[in-house]
Amino acid sequence: MANYTIKVNGADHAVDADPAMPLLWVLRDRLGLVGTKYGCGIAQCGACTVHVNGHAVRSCVLPISGVSGEVTTIEGLAPGNQLHPLQQAWIDEDVPQCGYCQSGQIMSAAALLAATREPSDADIDSAMAGNFCRCGTYIRIRAAIKRAARSRDVSGLVESSGEEQA
Amino acid sequence: MKTTMNRRGFLKASALATGGMMLEFSLPLSAIGEELGTLVGSGELNAYVKIASDGTITIYSANPEMGQGIKTALPMIIAEEMGARWEDVVVLQSPVDDSKYGRQGAGGSTTIPRSFDLMRQVGASAREMLIGAAAESMEVPRGELEAKDSKVTSTSGHSLTFGQLASLAVKQPIPDPDTLKFKDPEDYTIIGTSVSGVDNLVIATGMSRFGIDTSVPDMLYAVYHKCPAIGGKAVSFNEAEIKKLPGIVDAFIIDGNGDVNQLLSGVAIVGRDTWSVFAAKDALKVKWDESAASKDDWDEIVRTGERLQDKGGGNVIYRAGDVDLALRRHTDRTIEADYSYPFVAHLCMEPMNTTAHYKKGSASTGDEIEAWVPTQAAYRIPSVMNDVFGVSEKNVTIHQTRLGGGFGRRGSAEFVCEAVAISKRAGKPVKLTWTRPDDMQHDFYRVAGFQHVKGSLDKQGRLVAWDQHFIGMTRNGEGPSGSRFSPSEFPLLNLPNTRGTMSTFDIGTPCGPWRAPGSNTHAFVVQSFIHELATLAGRDHLEFLLEIMGERRWLEPGNIRALNTGRAIDVIKLVAEKAGWGRDMPEGSGLGLAFHFSHAAHVAEVAEVSVDTQKRLRVHKLWAVADVGPIINLSGATSQVQGSIIDGLSTMAGQKITMSGGRIEQHNLDDYNVMRIAQAPDVEVHFIQSDNRPTGIGEPGLPPLAPAVGNAIFAATGVRVRTMPLTDLGYRLV
Repeated sequence: MANYTIKVNGADHAVDADPAMPLLWVLRDRLGLVGTKYGCGIAQCGACTVHVNGHAVRSCVLPISGVSGEVTTIEGLAPGNQLHPLQQAWIDEDVPQCGYCQSGQIMSAAALLAATREPSDADIDSAMAGNFCRCGTYIRIRAAIKRAARSRDVSGLVESSGEEQA
Repeated sequence: MKTTMNRRGFLKASALATGGMMLEFSLPLSAIGEELGTLVGSGELNAYVKIASDGTITIYSANPEMGQGIKTALPMIIAEEMGARWEDVVVLQSPVDDSKYGRQGAGGSTTIPRSFDLMRQVGASAREMLIGAAAESMEVPRGELEAKDSKVTSTSGHSLTFGQLASLAVKQPIPDPDTLKFKDPEDYTIIGTSVSGVDNLVIATGMSRFGIDTSVPDMLYAVYHKCPAIGGKAVSFNEAEIKKLPGIVDAFIIDGNGDVNQLLSGVAIVGRDTWSVFAAKDALKVKWDESAASKDDWDEIVRTGERLQDKGGGNVIYRAGDVDLALRRHTDRTIEADYSYPFVAHLCMEPMNTTAHYKKGSASTGDEIEAWVPTQAAYRIPSVMNDVFGVSEKNVTIHQTRLGGGFGRRGSAEFVCEAVAISKRAGKPVKLTWTRPDDMQHDFYRVAGFQHVKGSLDKQGRLVAWDQHFIGMTRNGEGPSGSRFSPSEFPLLNLPNTRGTMSTFDIGTPCGPWRAPGSNTHAFVVQSFIHELATLAGRDHLEFLLEIMGERRWLEPGNIRALNTGRAIDVIKLVAEKAGWGRDMPEGSGLGLAFHFSHAAHVAEVAEVSVDTQKRLRVHKLWAVADVGPIINLSGATSQVQGSIIDGLSTMAGQKITMSGGRIEQHNLDDYNVMRIAQAPDVEVHFIQSDNRPTGIGEPGLPPLAPAVGNAIFAATGVRVRTMPLTDLGYRLV
């Protein structure tokens, strides 16, 4: 066991953990951030996707000892009552079915939109290739990413209670 | 009479009025759920509806939500009949309580057909109580009042909101269900519209809670390691070594009762977090007694299936006319073919899990079990607990969570039994989480199968004889739902000379319902072979298929859940029109058509594919037309068909579970093929909203996919697809 301090969604957390413990389980079992999901444990399904320094990573294979930088999870993608444009687009396009993979889908898509303002279909195919949806919501995921790309304002955030900002 | 009925009485009356059709259920584990301060001062009109003084209408959804959208669709029906505005509605999952909600389950695309009338009654009853309150308050006759837009308005234009009326409405007599009138569908403002799923906000923000997210005070974490050869018994393991690993609290063998549906033998490891027990599981060295374990071997199963295909015969399950005579008479225009399909896994995104607390009780109260379970069938669990643990059913409390996928997998309770057994030994609440390999290797698989089909054409190229031999599998003599051959399976009832026969052989691998059980493979065989016959006849597939349907009629008069050839013709014609059937296709491209009837739904699909010289297959687009009667949530229903098509294609393209020495050979997503976003086709969905009763759409969109794609591959290449998955034939989905 060893002591680590990790910054998650803007707050520092002291964690005493086995150095090999993946970030996924630190988030879920130690910090109670269960929006990040376990799906396969071998970085093949993408349900565990979080951001480290803004890059999409599979937290199920990233040991706590290897985390260097700021971690953002689905719970911290947008501050307070605000929604990320992707979260609003996920609602507007009625994307989720069971919903289990969608945290990871949104986190992968958010990393894509951060790097590519107007992603092409090929950009989406490539950025989202690591995220499996068992319910088959891919058509709406694609539509929602495009909708979010169109809707983004300067801050990149929308109010959760209102319509999209112009 | 009606004034003496209390609220519970109303519900019982409702249940009787609908022939005991009450279903539904779930658990407000989600923190968001019960945080409704607005419920203060609310009026509970019945078990499903509460109205707060601020106008918030809370509707409870009773059935499990696993992605099929029922938690949105059922409350839409209630809100419609109430005259509520959808914007005012908050939906919560109801607790599990059969005294209030009847049997709370989901499966077989049955929730909508079973619940539609009850939900209308619930809504209409609430509406009548609100109108009664308004009549009293405004001192006007009920006949001059209308409930609409969450308020009751009089003909003179005076109105009171539902919120204003709530406290008075609960004091109104409960209407006799027989007196309730339902809205004219012409006046619907909610049913038939597109509504975004009620949990989409919590899902998109990571706040929804699935079973695997359960946390209770003092909880430990567990894994359970069963014999890789299904049914083997744990004899011993490296106990001392495992117990010394970091984060491990205990490790022990559970003998179980040998029932794969309840509690198989295995090694339990209990620890302080999920990772510790997962890591310890990897370090396990177990000695197994495999004498009673499955010995299944995929190659041997194939040999047995093929031997039976060649041998023919089987038990006759349906016969019409004289099929042997018809086949003999048209020998020059008779063809036969062998079809087969593999075992596949459910692969729910959320692996099986349960959080359980076994509580020792006193001699007078008895022991208790409390469990948080992502289940399709919470109502079945108490009796299983009684069987396995001897705990009285009344001492079993089940909390139903949201399900990260179901597809038929989550009707069994073995993962509940495992968690309870571990908690009992640990003396604490325990969250059992299956690893992905556990989930893939201890499934109740979609059963594999083999079929041999023969058909004959007359001189005019009409299909006059159909002889279908279905070869399924049983375990301990019992066949899973996917290993059945129904006498009403299309086209046995449509043609003058038909015969259906069935053979089975026993295997050791557990199988169970998998989205559209039976239909998902029957459709592949039947609709592909009909295309083979149309091709032999030199006729257009569309015209050939319509001819088989014949006159517009119910094939089983009096059974409204049977095939209606008129409805079939309508969906087939419309899908052909939408897809531009008959248009010229470029070299290497083709259109394929298929129809299937299941779950009381008529569905036709057309696939457009292209195949290159390296057998790279691109499925460009699917058109689907379904008749499931009136649609409740257009967005949700469309999503189910899109998802079914992608599920069907993902499965057809590359999925196959094999076994050797009773051991499942696939482990995880690195050796089991699933479709990714780049391969997903465009899907265009249309509904024919006939005046039939609404029926379910969670499953029937799937079966026509495989034959539509197979027939399109033939159209593109001239090569027939008679087995799945396509990777076995050298195709690669791109």
